[in-house]
Amino acid sequence: MLFGPLIIVTLIFALQAILAKQLITSALWLAGVSALCSVLFFLFGAQLVAVIELSVGAGLVTVLFVFAISVAGDDALDATPVPPRLLSVGLAAIFILLLGWFILPTAGTSPVSAITNPPLAKVLWQERGLDLIVQVVLIFSGVLGLLGLLAEVKPPLDASMAGEVGARRQRDLRALESQISNPKEVDK
Amino acid sequence: MSLSLFSIAFVGVIGLLGIGFYGLMVCRNLIKIVIAMQILVKAALLGLMAAGNLNGQINLSQSMALTVIVADTIVAVMGIALGVQIRRRVGTLDVRELSRLKG
Repeated sequence: MLFGPLIIVTLIFALQAILAKQLITSALWLAGVSALCSVLFFLFGAQLVAVIELSVGAGLVTVLFVFAISVAGDDALDATPVPPRLLSVGLAAIFILLLGWFILPTAGTSPVSAITNPPLAKVLWQERGLDLIVQVVLIFSGVLGLLGLLAEVKPPLDASMAGEVGARRQRDLRALESQISNPKEVDK
Repeated sequence: MSLSLFSIAFVGVIGLLGIGFYGLMVCRNLIKIVIAMQILVKAALLGLMAAGNLNGQINLSQSMALTVIVADTIVAVMGIALGVQIRRRVGTLDVRELSRLKG
């Protein structure tokens, strides 16, 4: 069966996406995860979602990641993570074990044939009409939020924000000191 | 013992969730945190498809998955835009450095 190897390769790709040192490599591994997930969806019989996942997940989002990395820079942060790595691995392992303990017993049941399985168009446009409205609202709010975030109110700072604030404080302090030392000049 | 199709799929879901959860804990780069969230959403989508196939209502799960994909894409786009702006204004993508900024 094709399913087992596909799942294993997907998990390897996902792990590589997290462990990769460079962001661009990480984004490409994530595109691989999306493509493999779309194949899995297709094998499950969800052709529409498979196509959308392939075009949006592996296409659009990857292009956005590559664009953002080329703009923001690909600086590898090699320092140790905030929680120790061993603790993170342990917590993730506990998470996986607990989830498996809850989910896997239910996965052994054989598939049932639903009493009614209406066609996709009817489900999408009639039964889940509210979802479509939510999607439209989400898209508009996303576009507006993106425009707001990317709007250039003022040119980007030369130094970091902390450096800018420190320099401004130093200038204010110097002006105050000159006022105290020469009060007459200020009065004039 | 041979695993059924759904057992294999749910093993994949659990594995992806675990990897995404680990990534959220370990990564300090803002863009990499968005990548970890993307992996978590892929796991949710895979679980949705497997459950839809198990119940024989794949069309219902497809319509739900569409909403999840739209929301996931919006979250990714906003996260990326936030990362680009933070990098421009603060000069770093390290979330630990960001939490040190005061005032």
